[in-house]
Amino acid sequence: MITEALVLSAFLFVLGTFGVLVRRNAIIMFLCIELQLNAVNLSFVAFSRIHGMDGQIFVFFVMTVAAAEAAVGLAIIISIFRHYETVNVNNFKLLRW
Amino acid sequence: MITVLFYVFAAIAVGGALGVVMSKSPVGSLLSMVATLGSMAAIFVLLEAHFLAAIQIIVYAGAIMVLFLFVIMLLNLGHDYQKDLKGGVFALASFATVGAMAGLLSIQLRGAGLAEDGPGGAAIDAAMAEHGVVGAIAEPLYTTYVVPFEITGILLLVAIVGALALAKKNPA
Repeated sequence: MITEALVLSAFLFVLGTFGVLVRRNAIIMFLCIELQLNAVNLSFVAFSRIHGMDGQIFVFFVMTVAAAEAAVGLAIIISIFRHYETVNVNNFKLLRW
Repeated sequence: MITVLFYVFAAIAVGGALGVVMSKSPVGSLLSMVATLGSMAAIFVLLEAHFLAAIQIIVYAGAIMVLFLFVIMLLNLGHDYQKDLKGGVFALASFATVGAMAGLLSIQLRGAGLAEDGPGGAAIDAAMAEHGVVGAIAEPLYTTYVVPFEITGILLLVAIVGALALAKKNPA
């Protein structure tokens, strides 16, 4: 059960990484980052079956940070949208070479 | 029984994750994400993290996903069906890299031969029997981890102020 959960966590993390790499829609990239955070949460919970309750407490903190990150990130997306009228990251090229 | 349920929910989670990555519209991605989060909450229950499963549903699927949906509605992206997958060599290279990553990780984990349920599992079960499902996580949270817990409150305050300042229409 622990091993299966860790393998599932690895696959979800990799899918999230793939999504961040290949999508251009900023909101979907954010969703993929949430997916990565969730995959890490799953491996924390799985390891808590070996190492004790601390893993579950860390998941609690990760969820809080994810909520804060989503709020600030979506605010940034809103202000970018006001400026460029799009959320496609191809259009944000100020820092690109 | 538990193993069968685990594989069912794992399949839903992976399917939902594929939906998040592949769906054309942001709303479709979001609904797949809700399916993933729900089945992950079920897997948390199977791993006997009941409180986290409840938090996962209430905070993640209930609050954070609704926040995403609000932003999609606010920016009017619901009918934004343009194809936005990066194509060609980049996608192939990314897929090869992350696929190799997943393969190596799962081979490594398969070989590791982890115990079905370690000493931590017994400790968690004992704590749950003594303090209840919520008390088992609350007791260390308010004693050993009380300083990080308070700092989390400051983090949330900063996030609220930052989000308001960033999303304000006319920054002063």
